[in-house]
Amino acid sequence: MTALRQLFRFHGGVKPAYNKEPSTTQPIADFYALAPLPAEFVIPLHQSIGGVPHPLVAAGEQVKKGQLIGAPDGYVSSAVHAATSGTVKAVEMRLMPHTSGLSALCVVIAPDGKDEWIERQPVPWRAMAPDEVRDALRDAGVVGLGGAVFPTYLKVNPGKKGKLDTLVINGAECEPFITCDDMQMREQAEKVVRGAAILRDLTQAGQVLIGIEDNKPEAIAAMQAAVTQTGEAKIEIVPVPTRYPAGGAKQLIRVLTGIEVPHGKRSTDYGVQCFNTGTACATYEALELGQPLISRVVTVAGNVLRPRNFVVRFGTPMKDVVALCGPKPDSDRLIMGGPMMGFAMPADTVPVVKATNCILVGSKALFPPPPPEMPCIRCGECAKVCPSDLAPFEMYWFSRAKLFGKAQEYHLFDCIECGCCAYVCPSRIPLVDYYRFAKSEIWAREQEKSAADEARERYEFRMLREEREKQEKAAKLAAKAAETKAKLAAAATPEDAAKKALIAAAMERAQQATQNPPAPPADNAEAPPAPPAQQTPS
Amino acid sequence: MSNAFNSPYFRQPASVRSVMLRVLVALLPGLAAYVWFFGAAILVQIALASLAALAGEAAILALRDKPVWLFVSDGSALVTAWLVALSFPSIAPWWMVVVATLIAIVVVKHLYGGLGQNPFNPAMAAFCIMIVAYPQLMSQWPAAGHQADFAAQWQLIFGGGPRVLDAVTMATALDTMRTALHTAGGTATVGAVFGSQPTFGAFGGKGWEWVALGYLLGGAWLIQQRIITWHIPVAFIAALGVTAGLFHFISPDRYAGALFHILSGGAMLGAFFIATDPVSGATTPKGKLIYAAGIAILAWIIRTFGAYPDGIAFATLLMNICAPLIDLHTQPPVFGHKNGGQP
Repeated sequence: MTALRQLFRFHGGVKPAYNKEPSTTQPIADFYALAPLPAEFVIPLHQSIGGVPHPLVAAGEQVKKGQLIGAPDGYVSSAVHAATSGTVKAVEMRLMPHTSGLSALCVVIAPDGKDEWIERQPVPWRAMAPDEVRDALRDAGVVGLGGAVFPTYLKVNPGKKGKLDTLVINGAECEPFITCDDMQMREQAEKVVRGAAILRDLTQAGQVLIGIEDNKPEAIAAMQAAVTQTGEAKIEIVPVPTRYPAGGAKQLIRVLTGIEVPHGKRSTDYGVQCFNTGTACATYEALELGQPLISRVVTVAGNVLRPRNFVVRFGTPMKDVVALCGPKPDSDRLIMGGPMMGFAMPADTVPVVKATNCILVGSKALFPPPPPEMPCIRCGECAKVCPSDLAPFEMYWFSRAKLFGKAQEYHLFDCIECGCCAYVCPSRIPLVDYYRFAKSEIWAREQEKSAADEARERYEFRMLREEREKQEKAAKLAAKAAETKAKLAAAATPEDAAKKALIAAAMERAQQATQNPPAPPADNAEAPPAPPAQQTPS
Repeated sequence: MSNAFNSPYFRQPASVRSVMLRVLVALLPGLAAYVWFFGAAILVQIALASLAALAGEAAILALRDKPVWLFVSDGSALVTAWLVALSFPSIAPWWMVVVATLIAIVVVKHLYGGLGQNPFNPAMAAFCIMIVAYPQLMSQWPAAGHQADFAAQWQLIFGGGPRVLDAVTMATALDTMRTALHTAGGTATVGAVFGSQPTFGAFGGKGWEWVALGYLLGGAWLIQQRIITWHIPVAFIAALGVTAGLFHFISPDRYAGALFHILSGGAMLGAFFIATDPVSGATTPKGKLIYAAGIAILAWIIRTFGAYPDGIAFATLLMNICAPLIDLHTQPPVFGHKNGGQP
């Protein structure tokens, strides 16, 4: 089954030191079997791309483990659930696991120690309409666990043709240090394969290709065995060459099918869709076990004595998880994600969330600050490694010069921020920072522009209205004048019938003018363009 | 918590300095052949140029209020210095290479913004200024076979006063060929000129052809090291070879052949070390091919019909101007925009 599938190459890529081995020596542990429940779970309502779920609970309420506490808001949104049973302490702003240091609305739960589940019922998804299954996935809070946290239910979609050609399950896990997917595939291969089979049926996919980087032979073997054992049809385990970022959704689709899905296009339009292995597992648990997404596998690695993977519930403070692994004394930061694309956390107290695939403990020795930045010498190394075939040094040039239009001409928004360019740059330029800066400036300007457009439209409408009112007034005055004139004329020369008729006709015209004023402009002039959705590398 | 820099948190150990140092190493085989055939004078010139480059760069950096050590130690000034020295006659008076290097570093590099900003190749711009200003001195090259006569070379470099040009100097093969074909009233033939003068070797200039092969060797190593890509050298040599070969085929008596052109003058140095300067050249794969072929063809035209003995420097400057335009029109398609997204 693994033999002789034609694979394709994506342009560029790098081969950083993978550092995956240390966190794979121990099996995945249930965090709560090794540590007491935290004093409080801080569960952010906004844990996926899209609208912020609105809270369904208030301070003082009792909740059970798995109870819905945040209802999806809008089309792109996903539900959030209680991590344990207990009392809602507060629904308040807390620091988010985001590099900006911003706070957002969180449900804070004080555990009662009973850890009592809600009643869980398998979802009879085979007998349900596709839309109902999608709703079930949304209400179970299933989102992309590869790091992009896009609501899964929106992607479970057979596309325009009514069926997909290929469903790609992403087990590549190309970021250094991260091993959560690897370990999950080794230990829960059956769940992952069964989840993939559900996704296959929901998307009517002709084939399922589970791509795993060939530096994970144990995961490949376990998954292979699970496919054989479950007897699921049309599922193939495909080892792919180990090269960062082979786990980028677009890159993996390219490697497995040869298809390049352009930026801004839906992959379903090309007959493919891609889910992470963790997402497949979560889908299985949501539908077959009726278990909402309240935890995930998290790798703790880097500057710790005992790197390991844990099942951690959302809302658990990162520092509690890290503490189990023995952080070394010189640790100076926590990074969520891997070293290539991860973000430094504003504090170690921030909670684990659905996007937390890895907590990477950093230190000056492990991740030394780069030597001083030198000018770009246009050596072109960045272009050689760019998996989106961009010219990073040109984008850098224009971003730095704030020529954002030119940067966009060089496809700034096709950049997936994988960091390959900065990784190889001999001038040590933090290239990705420049792209992030340029993108945020462009978004800000577009927002400003749409606000300005709105103001201009309002102004123009007011001018139009005033003009119209002026005309109406003038018409009324003219009619009144004609009327008075006619009355006077009638009084003066009652015998002049011809003149009378003329006046009557004029009055008629004037009357008509007042009754049918010029059509007002549409009140609901076209709504201003919505601000662009936040870019998320998947 | 420290949050001094953002992802990626680790990087490949690469630096501008390591790039520049490897370019210097790649020049060594050619330099060794140079010393072997033409004596140690070139080492004196390289030392002069290096000192001038470092001093000039340090001074201008200080004037520009830039971190002096950071930039002086990046090695880029040394590369410029070596290229200036290697493109000048090794027996030119000492002040020529010093002035040329200062022009390259201070004027062509730093007045345009320093490392990474210069639109022209500094070494070639300096060469052009000097050959226009001192055509005579720039045409007196050491003769092969007199490498032992270091005292005479030293005298020519540092002697001052009227230059005694004896057996240690000689016009280059390109110069000799051009002069003979241009001045003999159309009677001289390539074959006759080639056989009649001691300046010619087996293919190109005596001794120089080996220096050229040394540059080829070093350049191949640069490709292997991924410092440069194959595009520029291959397009350069192919375009020069095809152009020269075609005209030689049409009229063998009037036009020298492909190998003569490739192994003479600055062709190999140009193909591997000058046209490949990324700052002043084209950067896209297709653009590099066009850019390098442009230099080679222009150089051939200048060599064949122009008034100067070699044309690499002028051709390089002409193509430097075109590089941004070439880049603009040769951007490769980005991910998802090739073949309409289909494999």
